[in-house]
Amino acid sequence: MRDLDATFAALADPTRRAILARLARGEASVTDLAHPFAMSQPAISKHLKVLERAGLISRGRDAQRRPRRLEARPLRDATHWLENYRQFWDAQFRRLDDLLHDLQTGDPKIENNKIKKKKSAR
Amino acid sequence: MKSSGTFNIAAHGDREIVVTRVFDAPRRLVFDAYTKPELIKRWLLGPDGWSMPICEIDLRAGGKYRYVWKNETDGSEMGMGGVYREVVPTERIVVTEVFDEAWYPGEAVDTIVLAEQNGRTTLTQTILYDSRATRDAVLKSPMQIGMAASYDRLEKFLPSLGREALSA
Repeated sequence: MRDLDATFAALADPTRRAILARLARGEASVTDLAHPFAMSQPAISKHLKVLERAGLISRGRDAQRRPRRLEARPLRDATHWLENYRQFWDAQFRRLDDLLHDLQTGDPKIENNKIKKKKSAR
Repeated sequence: MKSSGTFNIAAHGDREIVVTRVFDAPRRLVFDAYTKPELIKRWLLGPDGWSMPICEIDLRAGGKYRYVWKNETDGSEMGMGGVYREVVPTERIVVTEVFDEAWYPGEAVDTIVLAEQNGRTTLTQTILYDSRATRDAVLKSPMQIGMAASYDRLEKFLPSLGREALSA
């Protein structure tokens, strides 16, 4: 979890997200990566350094091309939490629907529970 | 299963995510369900297989809360907590949230507003993050990259890329 800050900081930039989207389709050289952007190669290299430091990309073994490739793990860690977050709230709210329904129709579990005590205490 | 179905998560402004949901109940019940531990423990449970062994609430401005969920299968725990900044019964809650294992940088501030119309309640939960970068990262990035659902497949695909690089 300690690397998530670096992951999120790296992901916050649209150019870097576009680079990752490109690399999700397969590894690419710096020249290939610079091509779709109106950006100099040094500017792209700077973004690549940030992604590399965050562990989101690594360099391939081809010594001449030094292709960059996507490292799935940090992204998986980050997206894993977002997925959890969405699923979490969707499941939550469905359960809350049921509870609210029970509260309005006089669910025996609640009647015998603390709610009744509170009501009778008033 | 009874569901009113209106559930939306969207970006708002620079640093916010807004969650809206309509419930088929008056707002005093929704408020109770959000603030009474014995009720919270019945719905705020996360995915199937999780329980909520700890739910402590001191419902007043400056009061603290603490939630801990437990995965019944592997025993792992996820905890979070924070401080209430504002409590207006049945209407509005402002509260901070920090996860024990931070999955975004800094502290977030939740504002929960309940509006009732014809016996139905619209919940608007605004989560304010510490920066635009954090908000964007939390909300947008994985979707923009389009791999939220496919990372497992991607990970299987990566070793073959490595082999291709070796044989090249």
